[in-house]
Amino acid sequence: MKYVDEFNDPELARRLLEDIHATATRPWTMMEVCGGQTHSIIRHGIDQLLPEHIELIHGPGCPVCVTPLEMIDKALEIASRPGVVFCSFGDMLRVPGTDRDLFRIKSAGGDVRVVYSPLDALEIAQRHPDREVVFFGVGFETTAPANAMTVHEARRRGIRNYSMLVSHVRVPPAIEAIMRAPHCRVQAFLAAGHVCSVMGTEEYPGLADRFGVPIVVTGFEPLDILEGVRRTVHQLERGEHRVENAYPRAVREEGNPAARRMLEEVFEVTDRAWRGIGVIPASGWRLSEAFREYDAEHRFEVGAVRTRESGVCRSGEVLQGLIKPNECAAFGTTCTPRNPLGATMVSSEGACAAYHLYRRLGGPARGTEPAREATSVG
Amino acid sequence: MADTTGTTGTTAEPVNPADWTCPAPLRDHPVVVMGHGGGGALSAELVEHLFVPAYGNDTLAGLADSAALSLGGARLAFSTDSYVVRPLFFPGGSIGDLAVNGTVNDLAMSGARAAYLSCAFIIEEGTALPVVRRVAQAVGTAAAAAGVTVATGDTKVVDAGHGDGIFVNTAGIGLIPEGVDIRPQRAEPGDVVIVSGPVGQHGVAIMSVREGLEFGAEVCSDTAPLGGLVQAMLEATLDLHALRDPTRGGLGTALNEIAAASGTGVVLDERALPVPEAVSAACGFLGLDPLYVANEGRLVAFVPREHADAVLAAMRAHPQGAEAAVVGECVEDHPGMVVARTGFGGTRVVDLPLGEQLPRIC
Amino acid sequence: MCLAVPGRVTGIEERDGTRMARVDFGGVAKDVCLAYLPETQVGEYVIVHVGFALQRLDEESARASLELFEQLGLLDEEFGDAWERAAAEAGEDRPGTAEAEEVTR
Repeated sequence: MKYVDEFNDPELARRLLEDIHATATRPWTMMEVCGGQTHSIIRHGIDQLLPEHIELIHGPGCPVCVTPLEMIDKALEIASRPGVVFCSFGDMLRVPGTDRDLFRIKSAGGDVRVVYSPLDALEIAQRHPDREVVFFGVGFETTAPANAMTVHEARRRGIRNYSMLVSHVRVPPAIEAIMRAPHCRVQAFLAAGHVCSVMGTEEYPGLADRFGVPIVVTGFEPLDILEGVRRTVHQLERGEHRVENAYPRAVREEGNPAARRMLEEVFEVTDRAWRGIGVIPASGWRLSEAFREYDAEHRFEVGAVRTRESGVCRSGEVLQGLIKPNECAAFGTTCTPRNPLGATMVSSEGACAAYHLYRRLGGPARGTEPAREATSVG
Repeated sequence: MADTTGTTGTTAEPVNPADWTCPAPLRDHPVVVMGHGGGGALSAELVEHLFVPAYGNDTLAGLADSAALSLGGARLAFSTDSYVVRPLFFPGGSIGDLAVNGTVNDLAMSGARAAYLSCAFIIEEGTALPVVRRVAQAVGTAAAAAGVTVATGDTKVVDAGHGDGIFVNTAGIGLIPEGVDIRPQRAEPGDVVIVSGPVGQHGVAIMSVREGLEFGAEVCSDTAPLGGLVQAMLEATLDLHALRDPTRGGLGTALNEIAAASGTGVVLDERALPVPEAVSAACGFLGLDPLYVANEGRLVAFVPREHADAVLAAMRAHPQGAEAAVVGECVEDHPGMVVARTGFGGTRVVDLPLGEQLPRIC
Repeated sequence: MCLAVPGRVTGIEERDGTRMARVDFGGVAKDVCLAYLPETQVGEYVIVHVGFALQRLDEESARASLELFEQLGLLDEEFGDAWERAAAEAGEDRPGTAEAEEVTR
């Protein structure tokens, strides 16, 4: 596919890596706040190819993992009601609430459906006017415009049996919270490219100035990630802290104006709890007053739910790079990829899971030595 | 002023990382969930901890695709599988094709050529007869193509709402040739890993017509009988170590199962893995890994290095193996684990998935 | 976060008053909402996330990025083996790498 294949070229990756290796003279610590980038880094083994003293911290960039427990419990409560069709992105189904997950609601007879797009949930509502269709509206700025469109369309088309359980989060306040946290080690950020495709880059120069950190807007293909790291390293080595766009083919300074207008119309900024982190001021969106009737929290009166979270896991500190995964008492003992205690051990992209797997391998291979040719026969 | 949503009366306080905690998936399910049938870690646990102890015998403990049995001086392969695919008809095939080819292929993974099948239909009340007829005819056509005889059958009807149109179960037996001992435990360091063709087609073809995900794809299911291909491989050498048809859970799961059973490490070369562009594209926008997408007409073979050239040539000369490729090897390192070398010289661990892959947004 | 992939617009139509595109992702086609990129034309490439086109892909910028990466290589080739050079030059700053696309504050 055009725009994908060219940015997966191993030869160009080698050139970028050579430049990074030649430039980085000191240890640097940078964070990506983007599950998609974390996925790409692990998927392609990029972290192993960087100089040893360049550390990538995988920040709280997974919308599924940061959705607060109370919101998950509300989702479970609504999904288990008769007459409700509960629609969600696939990755939310495994996320546990206090005592169950959406899979278990489904196995107990709940109508839980995975959709690819929130518009699919709206279609289901239109086809089944006798059912209450609820969509679990999670995600960062990238996903929010899509979800906003469904309530806008529901009003325009007069679809009354549709509502959305909203738990949107915003990246810039999270960056600010991370920088304000005690003992913060992060020296630079790779900003999430697709968040910026929507929001543009206007929110970042202020953060770069205030905290003295380079912020480089970065894409998702291997060459994009390497270019983000390369530009970050150049800035750090020079003592600079600017906002740069290393993903110009998909990010304009103004973002997507039409999408931003829709966000302003449908949502309002609110404080939001991030699971495992706590409340971050002004870090979320909820439906604005004008669209409150489509808010599932209001429609279903779920009220106050009682939540209970285990406190053993230290993944929060891992996410900030404050401790290495093996410094957690549970690591490798009560917490393993097959029996995880925390999100960082759940998915293979998680910092703890990756660490666990590579440690079993005897430490990641370093350098850009090409892969040993697989045995070639015939 | 923005107020607090998603919390119970919390006010904004500075972030204290020491208080951070994260969610974990629930593993101690008191009820069966879909993941128990997904072919991943949950399925494996169900078999290992519930079924094997309940049945308790050495034959079952092999956990191969089919059991190898001695009966009256002959060595038989015996296998059964149930088919619950939705929709019943999909690009490139139907539940009838899967029911025949799936069991024929399970037998082939022991080196046996399927001789006889049983075929049972569980039909939901209200299912249209022409639909039943279409599936039955697909069974007949697929059996003829695979050279197997449907020798016995059964039909049950369940109340409306207690089935999903049609479920099909097949069981099959076949003779294992003299001198053939193919099982996952025999894989060993030095073995060459060969796949018989492009991966991921069946899973993507099914997803393309599944409600809520529909997309247009130039992809058909790869459902096909593999008995002939395995016979051609055995003509190159009787000493094939392990064979697996990577159905649900995909190639990644099949490799993990063989690595675990044999205690060898498996290294996969990602660049050598044949993935059709449309499979790659569908996995791209759904956020899935082609390594874990189902196949219904592919096999993965672990072959001693000295026979690898001959086996690969024999596969490529057969219609079902024309695009066969060497994708990796067995090593002494990381016993029981599968590691992929990425196109950039990095490595990643190919782990056993927990359950069915789900489309993701991040 | 945010799994978004590029695709090529192969057709555009109005449906229920919404502008929709047929987008090809390389052998896989999906209907995609164009509400946020109403100016999109057939033949253009867009970034798609959960059924919505979020941004047009800019061919010129993509080419500039790739040329920059190529240049890094050319510089290296002129100076011989980059790895030896990297070891030798450790500690020195490298001039001459382009800093294109800087965002103005």
